[in-house]
Amino acid sequence: MSVSLETRGLTIRFGGHVAVDHVSCVFRPGELTAIVGPNGAGKTTYFNLISGQLRASEGQVLLDGADITAESAPLRARRGLGRAFQLTNLFPNLTVAENVRLAVQAKAGVHYDMLRPWSLRRDLIARADKILESVALESRRAHTAAALSHGDQRKLEVALMMALEPRVYMFDEPTAGMSVDEAPIVLDLIARLKRDTSKIILLVEHKMDVVRSLADRIIVLTNGACVADGEPAAVIASPVVQEAYLGIAPKEKGNAA
Amino acid sequence: MILSGNPPRGKLLTALLVLVVVVLALAPFLFPGSKPANVAAKICVFALLVASYDLLLGYAGIVSFAHTMFFGIGAYGIAITLYALGPSWGAILLGLGAAILVAALFALAIGLFSLRVQTIFFAMVTLAVASAFAVLASQLSWLTGGEDGRTFRVPEMLRPGFRLIENGPFGITISGRTLSYYLVFCSVVVLFLVMLRIVESPFGRVLQAIRENPFRAEALGYRIIYHRTLANVLAAVFAACAGALNALWLRYTGPDTSLSFNIMIDILLIVVIGGMGTLYGAIIGAALFVLAENYLQTLMGAAFGALNASGAGFVANFFNPDRWLLWLGILFILSVYFFPTGIVGKLRAEPKS
Ligand SMILES: Nc1ncnc2c1ncn2[C@@H]1O[C@H](COP(=O)(O)OP(=O)(O)O)[C@@H](O)[C@H]1O
Ligand SMILES: [Mg+2]
Repeated sequence: MSVSLETRGLTIRFGGHVAVDHVSCVFRPGELTAIVGPNGAGKTTYFNLISGQLRASEGQVLLDGADITAESAPLRARRGLGRAFQLTNLFPNLTVAENVRLAVQAKAGVHYDMLRPWSLRRDLIARADKILESVALESRRAHTAAALSHGDQRKLEVALMMALEPRVYMFDEPTAGMSVDEAPIVLDLIARLKRDTSKIILLVEHKMDVVRSLADRIIVLTNGACVADGEPAAVIASPVVQEAYLGIAPKEKGNAA
Repeated sequence: MILSGNPPRGKLLTALLVLVVVVLALAPFLFPGSKPANVAAKICVFALLVASYDLLLGYAGIVSFAHTMFFGIGAYGIAITLYALGPSWGAILLGLGAAILVAALFALAIGLFSLRVQTIFFAMVTLAVASAFAVLASQLSWLTGGEDGRTFRVPEMLRPGFRLIENGPFGITISGRTLSYYLVFCSVVVLFLVMLRIVESPFGRVLQAIRENPFRAEALGYRIIYHRTLANVLAAVFAACAGALNALWLRYTGPDTSLSFNIMIDILLIVVIGGMGTLYGAIIGAALFVLAENYLQTLMGAAFGALNASGAGFVANFFNPDRWLLWLGILFILSVYFFPTGIVGKLRAEPKS
C-alpha cells in the first residue's frame, strides 16, 4: 500500500516573518527526499506544518489526496505521518523501554485499555524490544531517557518514530551531535528503510556526503522558499545551492533578478 | 499479580507498607476504643482519597482543586439517600451509584471544557467550581442540611449497638463498629488495587507520557485531552467512593467533614509528603499525617509536662500542645526538604546492590 504526500503553496507567517513561503512539492513513495538549506531556512517549520505541530497560514497538506491541513497532530500521526524531532523530544523520566513501548502501543491502537497491565502485553513488549535492538539501545532499556548520552537520546528519538511504523518518515537532522560510531547505526537504518518502496522518507541533513549517498532527490529551502528541487547531482551543482547552502559565492554576482 | 506488576520496590519501603497495612487490618483488635478506630478509618479513607488525587497529579500531571468536591459528592450521596430513604443496603447502593454518576458527569464536563487548553486554566476552573459547589451545598439546606449537615442512620449491622460476636474466643467482641471499619478497610484495599492496575496499564502509561511531554504524546497519536479527561473522571469516581465510605463511617455528612478546603490542603500535604506518582505514597503519607494530626498534640502534651516538671520552662514552651500546628508545619517543611520526591521516592531511590 503506497502513499502520496503533497504540499500546495504551504505557507506560515510568524508576525511579519514568512518562515515557510508557498512551498509546493509532491513526494512519491520509494523516494528519499533530502531537504537542505541554511539554519533558519524553515526546514523544521516545514516538517511541523506537514505533521501538524503548526497550522498553516495558507496552502494545503494532502495525504493520499485528502486535505489534512486542518487536522490535529495526533490524527495525522494516526494517518501515518511519523516524526523524529531535531530537538530531542522524549519522555525524560520514563525508561528507554517505556518510551519505545509508548510508541508501539500507539501503533497498536491501544489508547484507553486500563485493565490489562503492561506486564501481560508480551506481544507489544517483544515488538518494543526488537526496535530497541535495531538502534542498539537494548542494554540501556532500564535507564531513564534523561540519563542517556546525547547520542543515545538521538537514537531513541529515531526509535520512537520507527516504532510507529509510519508511511511517511520525517527525519530532522537525525545524526546531529552523534559520535562517528553512532551515526552509522541511524544511517544504516534509513538505508534499510529505503528498500521498502511503499514509504516516503524526508530527511533534513547538513552533511553533504550523507545526502549524496542516500537521497534520490534534493529540495533546497532558503528563507522559507523552495529554490531548487531535483536530482542530487544537478541540485548540488546548481549555483543557487552553491550560494545558499554551501556558502560559496556564485561567479556572476549581481546577475540574479 | 495482585499488585499488577508494580511492587513497591525497596526493602524498607515494602516493610513499611506491610507494617501499615497489617496494623490497619488488625486495628480494631490491636487498639480498642473509639479514638484509635476513628484514626484508623481516617487513614484508610485518606489513603484512598490521596491515591485518587495522585492518579491525577502524580500520573497525569494535572493540578486540580476540586478533589474535595468529588469527595463531598460521595459523602452527600450517601447522606441524602440514607436520610431520605432510611437505613438499608439498597439506599447505600443507590446513594453510591448516584454519587458516582454525578461525580463522573461533573468531572467529564469540567475536563472537556477546560483540559483542552493549558492545565493552569483547568486548575483555576476547578477552584471556581469547587467553591461554588461548597456554597451551593450549604445553601440547599432542605437537601443537604446546610451548615449542620445530615446525621443519618446506617443499616443495623453497622451500628455500634450491633453485636456479631459477643465475648467470643479470646474475649473477642465484633460489634457493628468493627464491621463498619472492615467495610471501609476492605473497600479501600480493593479500590487501591484497582488503581494500581490502572496506573500499570497502557492507559496509565499514556498518562505518564502526557505528564512528561504532552507535545510528544500527541506526535505519537495520543489525543491527550481524552486521556486527561478520563483521568479526571476516574479520580473523581474514586474520590466519591472515599467520600461515601467516610460518610458511612461517621454516620454524618456536613460541609466541614466533606467539602472544607482544609481537606484539599490535607490532600496536597499528604501527596507531597508521601511522594507523587507512586500511589504507595498515599498510604505512607496518610498514615503519617493522620497519626501526627491526632497524636502529635498528645505527644507534645507529655513532653510539655515532663519538661515543665524538670524546670526547663523556657524550652517547654516550644512543646506547648497549643503549638502542635507549628510543629506539623515544621515537620512538613523538613520532609519536603529532605525528601523532595516524597518518602516513597526517597526509599525507592536507595542504591541497588
Ligand atoms: N514558533 C515560532 N514562532 C516564531 N518564529 C518561529 C517559530 N518557529 C520557527 N520560527 C522561525 O522560523 C524560521 C525557520 O526556522 P526553522 O524551521 O527552525 O529553520 P531550520 O529548521 O531550517 O533551521 C526561523 O527564523 C525561526 O526563528
Ligand atoms: Mg531545523
